[in-house]
Amino acid sequence: MSIETIESGAVDAEEILGSAIERREDPSLITGRAEYTDDIQRPDMLHMAVVRSEYGHARVEGIDTSQAEGRDGVVAVYTAEDFDVPGELPVGWLLDGLRTPAHPLLASERVRYQGDALAVVVAEDRYTAHDAADAVEVELERLDAVTDPAAAIEDGAPVLHEAADDEDLEPGRHENAAFEWEIGDAEKTDAAFADADETVELEIENQLLIPNAMEPRATLAEYDAGTGDLRINMTSQNPHVHRLLMSGVIDHPEHRLHVRAPEVGGGFGSKIHHYADEALCALCARDLERPVKWVASRTETYQTDALGRGHVTRGEMALDEDGRIVGLRVDTKANLGAYLSTFAPAIPTYLYGTLLSGQYDIPAIHCSVTGAFTNVPPVDAYRGAGRPEASYLVERIVTRAARQIDMDPAEFRRLNFVDPEQFPYETQVAVEYDSGDYEKTLDAALEHVDYEGFRERQQEAREEGRYLGIGLSAYIEACGLAPSELAGQLGAQAGLWESSLVRMQPSGTVTAYCGTSGHGQGHHTTYAQVIANELGVPYDDIEVVEGDTDEIPQGMGTYGSRSAAVGGSSLVTSARKVVEKAKKIAAHQLEADEADLVFEGGEFHVEGAPGRGMTLQEVAGAAYLAHDIPDGMEPGLEATSFYDPENFTFPFGLHAAIVEVDPDSGEIEIERYVAVDDVGEQINPKIVEGQIHGGIAQGVGQALYEGAEYDENGTLVTGSMQDYAVPKAEHVPEIETESTVTPCPHNPLGVKGVGEAGTIAAPQAVVNAVTDALEPFGVDDVEMPLTPERVWRAVQAAEVN
Amino acid sequence: MAEHDITIEVNGTEEELTVDSRTLLVHALRDELGYTGPNIGCESSLCGACTVHVDGQAVKSCTMLAVQADGASVDTVEGLADGEELHPIQKSFQEEHGLQCGYCTPGMIMTTQQLLEDNPDPSREEIREALEGNICRCTGYQNIVNAVETAADKLNGGARAEGD
Repeated sequence: MSIETIESGAVDAEEILGSAIERREDPSLITGRAEYTDDIQRPDMLHMAVVRSEYGHARVEGIDTSQAEGRDGVVAVYTAEDFDVPGELPVGWLLDGLRTPAHPLLASERVRYQGDALAVVVAEDRYTAHDAADAVEVELERLDAVTDPAAAIEDGAPVLHEAADDEDLEPGRHENAAFEWEIGDAEKTDAAFADADETVELEIENQLLIPNAMEPRATLAEYDAGTGDLRINMTSQNPHVHRLLMSGVIDHPEHRLHVRAPEVGGGFGSKIHHYADEALCALCARDLERPVKWVASRTETYQTDALGRGHVTRGEMALDEDGRIVGLRVDTKANLGAYLSTFAPAIPTYLYGTLLSGQYDIPAIHCSVTGAFTNVPPVDAYRGAGRPEASYLVERIVTRAARQIDMDPAEFRRLNFVDPEQFPYETQVAVEYDSGDYEKTLDAALEHVDYEGFRERQQEAREEGRYLGIGLSAYIEACGLAPSELAGQLGAQAGLWESSLVRMQPSGTVTAYCGTSGHGQGHHTTYAQVIANELGVPYDDIEVVEGDTDEIPQGMGTYGSRSAAVGGSSLVTSARKVVEKAKKIAAHQLEADEADLVFEGGEFHVEGAPGRGMTLQEVAGAAYLAHDIPDGMEPGLEATSFYDPENFTFPFGLHAAIVEVDPDSGEIEIERYVAVDDVGEQINPKIVEGQIHGGIAQGVGQALYEGAEYDENGTLVTGSMQDYAVPKAEHVPEIETESTVTPCPHNPLGVKGVGEAGTIAAPQAVVNAVTDALEPFGVDDVEMPLTPERVWRAVQAAEVN
Repeated sequence: MAEHDITIEVNGTEEELTVDSRTLLVHALRDELGYTGPNIGCESSLCGACTVHVDGQAVKSCTMLAVQADGASVDTVEGLADGEELHPIQKSFQEEHGLQCGYCTPGMIMTTQQLLEDNPDPSREEIREALEGNICRCTGYQNIVNAVETAADKLNGGARAEGD
């Protein structure tokens, strides 16, 4: 079942791309030698602790730091007024009419979520810092709070950010509505509904999730007063982005700011964003001229890591008499939390609304989204980011539609799929799917689970009073948001290219620098596979460098399943430039016409004369020796590229879950989970498999276990791993994986991306399986997470009806 | 805060240090002695990233005081390999891609070692049950379970490999 790995030494260079080799990252990780941020110690290092609001919404009446300041070992205590810098966190994505209230590093008048920072304490050791933080006396006057995005925009809801006198809010718009956004054609969609033979409705909630990277966020800042250099080691998915943003926030020149991500223990989106903590740590180090370290406690990660999801949605689907989808209408209230996090406005809009066509040919779609401020931590990208919310809605409503017209859910999907000959397919929600073959993954999955056989087994089981169900999820995702020009038109305040540098050393070894920043994805392995394939240089002679603004020219980072598709393509582009230059040198040295040279297996030779050749390594030596290179050519052999993709990539697949539900206890057992994914070409199938497994575990987590819950005051009631059920080994099923390969037509590797596929696909596979199991009871909806209590209540309620 | 002079044998090396009464074992190991293999994920014994062995028993070092380890022998993931020769459990994690970001891995490996000492041939269900105190957010656990099975095979097949 599972893919066997091989040692890299056992693979020929020509076959390295696509081989399931072991990861070169692992030796340091499995021996404890790997260096995460909190592993780094510096002489004279101080520790920072943050004083946070215990209330979800309150007016700050006073902050008394005197008790903390007087304690032994305390070096400094800072409140908002102590830092004379811009000190506001920026928003990296703008929408028309977006409200952008101030997001200060430290609150001084109002706190708007539990965990909002009020002061920082710096002390000689971490215990003293935390003790002193507890000794800061904060007087808060509690205010009414609101945590639900739909409730937040109702009349009378507590307002988080009062509009300024000169702020021109359109009439009727609630002050908590950060934006009102729409996509698609409302008139066309209304017309489709008017003519429909059947309409299907679904109201769902996509609950707030806590990302739960195993390594809490951390920062170590060091300042050199002599040079003005400020060096930051931090838990980052995108050091260059952090450098640029922090440069503005703390007013430090970008070229004097050096951001490095050492080993990073998972991110899932939560380490993309620029938080107050790293900026505060940097400010303390600069002010005190001593190294300062801050490490979040797990409680702090629960209170301050940007949350994911948080949608309340009403969806309607229109069908014709044959069961073809003729329209989709969606209205979503999206929770943004108390302030706009770095990329927050993009997630429930362009990363959500644009995916609502799913795998289907839908002639009319309209989606409206209101983003609401509420008294929970800022909500931003979490694994999948908008796309799981879209896929969850589409696959739930498709399943309900099939049931409503009494059609088999697999056949309903098949009837409505975009056909292979329709690609590239222009959806009604502004994107063009690059390639796909949706029946192929459906058929593979149906065969894998023996769909017909299952239906018989299901019937037999029902007769015995056992309730089995199968849930299908025909998902689509979009990776590598691009090109930059389009991103700019949509509101991105950044380009979404990726940069790399491929440098050959004189001895013929290679160092490849890439602006992505892996944190568990195995980039050092896969990128070396890519370079070995391009250059024909032995895999072990290639070093990969990521995550350091001092070493890598520029970069946008790792998120949105973009690293292989955009970073990998950038590496290919740089490597090909290296070969191009090397070819000129080889032609010169071989006294041959460049047009007569071929490059294969890492060697240039004259076509038809294999004996007359030069290896790329020999060319590298000649390039640096520079005694005999073409006139006018610069010595050296390296190349930089900025790769800006033509389009997103669109991976797809079909996941099927088979569950057994006990209607008396509400317990769910996942009997089988089958994932058939098409993520384009695979650089390392074992790494692809691992990404799929991990993504599914998080998706199953959302379906069955996880959910950030707040009380009416905005207090987090699932505030620890005891109360928030991060899945354990026993909670995740054995996953059966299969794949098809439909190459991406517009990047040089043919890869699509895989980081988020499992998380996007899994929730609705599980929920659809549960509603299928409970069909005899008339249950066709249970809210996530599907706890035994909720399942039991759904059965009870249906039986009463 | 009272200070205590304690002695701990870490991976076979006797270490003397002075700690506060409240210093956690994991902080003593990491910050005082430089054994940064055990990681801190939750400070509440729920995630298991800090798992070490104290006198041969797997313990969450974030919820044990350093003074409680006075006189004890502590094994961390750093002590597992024999020079550059990986322990069969470590090798199995590498072969099976039983890790991604690696943060939980030192704890997973130490828990696995305890499991395989107690039960040299566990079923997949028994492995999943034994790992209930160790959370991994990256892998979905399947390749970890595969790694533990592979490690059991290696340890059972080669009695020489590791007896402890």
